[in-house]
Amino acid sequence: MIVLRSLCFVALVLVVFLVLFVAPVQAEYADVILNQRSEANGVRPVIYPHWFHRIRFRCKVCHNELGFEMKVGANQIDMNKIMDGKFCGMCHNGDIAWNLEFCDRCHSGLPGLKTSIRGGSASTGPGEY
Amino acid sequence: MLASCWMSFGVFGLMVLIAGPVWAGGNWTPLEKDGLHDPKGAAIHDLQQPKDALSALPADTVGNQVRWVEALRKGLITPRTNLYPDTKIQVLDLDLLYGNTGDNWFVRFPHKPHTEWLDCANCHEKIFKTKFGATGFKMMDILAGKYCGQCHGAVAFPLTECTRCHSVNPATFRGKFGPQAVETKP
Repeated sequence: MIVLRSLCFVALVLVVFLVLFVAPVQAEYADVILNQRSEANGVRPVIYPHWFHRIRFRCKVCHNELGFEMKVGANQIDMNKIMDGKFCGMCHNGDIAWNLEFCDRCHSGLPGLKTSIRGGSASTGPGEY
Repeated sequence: MLASCWMSFGVFGLMVLIAGPVWAGGNWTPLEKDGLHDPKGAAIHDLQQPKDALSALPADTVGNQVRWVEALRKGLITPRTNLYPDTKIQVLDLDLLYGNTGDNWFVRFPHKPHTEWLDCANCHEKIFKTKFGATGFKMMDILAGKYCGQCHGAVAFPLTECTRCHSVNPATFRGKFGPQAVETKP
């Protein structure tokens, strides 16, 4: 009986440990997947990391000056617009950031991903808690 | 019984010892294992790893595990404010006190950290009317991704962190709701 109880205790502690300490493998908080056109045009979906960009630019640069709507899927972006210097193309021109020859750095996502935003260590996105 | 208690303590202690450093920050997923990036992508090794960039910044327990405002104020990051030379950069130091918060503590909204990141036009008048009290929003709206929830829960710290916004104790608050004079700041 005592052995059984001990085992139960250990099992309980294990469960608590798993819940508290082992974070599931997740994408970085606020990573955005853009796949409205990518795969249909034979390239990988774009993974846009907010964390990488906000180290270098404040939100207002893209969401005010460049006109990115603060809603996933609301921006009608295509490569022609980017090549014309709009959206990503304002910086990704070889001047401020890498130019458009480096397709795979942005088109880096796993095939089949849907256009969406991902949560990180504590949430899985807006409205899901 | 006593033995089993001690045993559990022992096992728990050992786990804390092993997992502690992981739990206390530094738990960023490598890009090739994050379920988004294709490990077979040709440029996967060109990309900066979250850990390389974020581990040097003030630690948080949620979101990117970074205190972004603190990182900015300490000068640990120096993100650009504008690309066009004629863009007007405005930072507003004005707190708003929201009192209609049900059983929860009152909300103190600081414009300063928000305007350090965002332009006025990002919120006004599209999401929030400039006139205090004219917008009318509920926590359920925020949880659904509207108002504050457009960023908090998506890119700014998530809505699990109630007390960062609900930070004013109604039992001790003696001021007025709405815009706060600068000298009343704690």
